[in-house]
Amino acid sequence: MQKTEQVQYNRAGQRVVSPDYLLFEAPREKQFMTGSEVVKEAVKRASVDASVSYPITPQSEAAHLIGELWVEGYVGVYFRGESEFGVMSEIAGCAMAGARSITTTSGPGTLRAMENFPMWAGSRLPIQLVLMARGVNSPLTIQPDNLEVSFLLDTGCMIWHAETAQELFDMILAGFVVAEQPDVHVPLITVIDGFFISHTREAVMLPPDDIALPPYNPYKSPMVPLDMEMAPGRFLRDPYVMKSNYISYAAHTSWQFEVRAAIERSRPYAKHYLRGLIEEFGDPEGEIVFVASGTAAAQAKEATQMLIHEEGVKARVVRIKTIRPFPAQELIEALRGAKYVFVPEFNVIGWLEREIRRVLYGNLDVPVIGSPRVAGGMTMPPEFIVKEVLQYLGKEVKHVV
Amino acid sequence: MATLGPSGYSPYPVAMYEELLTPPPGKALMFNEIVDEEVAMREAAKAMLTRDNPTIFPGPQVLYAWNEEAKEKAKLVRKIAETLGAKIIPMYDYRPKYPKIDPEKEINPNHPNLTIWHNNIKACIFVGVHCHYANVALKIIRAETDCFTIALCGNAGHEDAMITLRDQHVEELEKFIKVAEQVKKELGK
Repeated sequence: MQKTEQVQYNRAGQRVVSPDYLLFEAPREKQFMTGSEVVKEAVKRASVDASVSYPITPQSEAAHLIGELWVEGYVGVYFRGESEFGVMSEIAGCAMAGARSITTTSGPGTLRAMENFPMWAGSRLPIQLVLMARGVNSPLTIQPDNLEVSFLLDTGCMIWHAETAQELFDMILAGFVVAEQPDVHVPLITVIDGFFISHTREAVMLPPDDIALPPYNPYKSPMVPLDMEMAPGRFLRDPYVMKSNYISYAAHTSWQFEVRAAIERSRPYAKHYLRGLIEEFGDPEGEIVFVASGTAAAQAKEATQMLIHEEGVKARVVRIKTIRPFPAQELIEALRGAKYVFVPEFNVIGWLEREIRRVLYGNLDVPVIGSPRVAGGMTMPPEFIVKEVLQYLGKEVKHVV
Repeated sequence: MATLGPSGYSPYPVAMYEELLTPPPGKALMFNEIVDEEVAMREAAKAMLTRDNPTIFPGPQVLYAWNEEAKEKAKLVRKIAETLGAKIIPMYDYRPKYPKIDPEKEINPNHPNLTIWHNNIKACIFVGVHCHYANVALKIIRAETDCFTIALCGNAGHEDAMITLRDQHVEELEKFIKVAEQVKKELGK
């Protein structure tokens, strides 16, 4: 019998294709775009059902552009929340109703919404949050800084950190696919460093916009949709779970462990769709190793080139793509043979350095230097990184920063 | 460990502590090993046929007529119970139970140990339970009881069960019945 190929279309009339086709096989064309515009392009191809927005620099434009997609019929529901807390609560409602949901925020908005992130995770909602990081502190910074990521590390959400606008585009699409796997099904926070990525233009390769991801199937959710009659879940009315006089402590422990286990289960999917949880760059035999994520990795790559070609220092970069799950084994393997590990970061506390120290402790004996580190909007020129390394190695510093 | 419990005080997940994840498509997870589906089916049937008070815990996905597959699977679950000589105690939904659950008649995902202790169940099958609730329950069972847990999952499986079979739909359940009948014959039962 002849097999009939069934062509499916989503609500916007786009042809539904497999995630692998959309991400790896579809022809791509070069465009010149900001990170905010790239968010729009990714959402346009993601069969998104719902988005809720609230303005805060630097994510406002991305949120606004998703609104344009709603006008054009690519997004099912779009509205403005009352605050970031409202947004993150309302987007939870959308996800509980079975909608593929995305929202965006930045800096202090993240903390204002904070209570919702563990609630998303505990309710097993595969919401995607694009976090355009800008830092949180007083005096207020409205500049690149990713301090807020440290507050999100243990919310039960997956966290991916994109280096470029191109990677942001691909991560948003891959993110829905990974987060919606029935054995994963936890939220994903896709981080970029605000301004560096959101506001600057770069070349990006985009597939055609008449194809899109398959729609979300809420019936594969690990929590029954009928559970969501009472937001944020029927379990809130279960005295064994929610009331201290009847509580099942084992259920609480198991529930929280289950959310973390779900993040671990995302590893094989993320490895496939992100082409590995880490990226290695530079001299494979480099004894000086930068471990970095986001734009700090981009700067470290520039510094590595300078160290290799101008200073004769063997150097390399291990770029971390997923912060949760953290690629512990991959990192340990990649750092074998390293003499010094430098961790350049765009935040004052060095959250990535902490993560790396935690993973290496008892596994690999190599000095970890939490440097260079800038915050509050300072840039991190590669010359500055090179200088730090040369000073540490006791070599002559020729560059003037 | 994803071995027989009781594994200890806290319901640690094997995904985090033993780095065991759900099996890849077409395969099954038996304790800490990825095996062929049929191997896992045979061992699952053997555990149910040889351990005390084998019980099937069917969940909402096979207890309610959501769709044609659910109706078909419900019939097959009953046939599995007959073949294995197993009791059926449903996890019929995940709602609160006032003033407490009746462990003779039901199992709740938040305290599955009560039903297992009360009925002295030494082998069980989870089927049709939504993945989150199955995972919450399976960790508690492994931590607090010596019950041999088997998961027949319609999605990706449950690494916290001692044997987990994934993508179990009508065809696979029919195959499991055939394997169980064969094992039963071999055991002379």
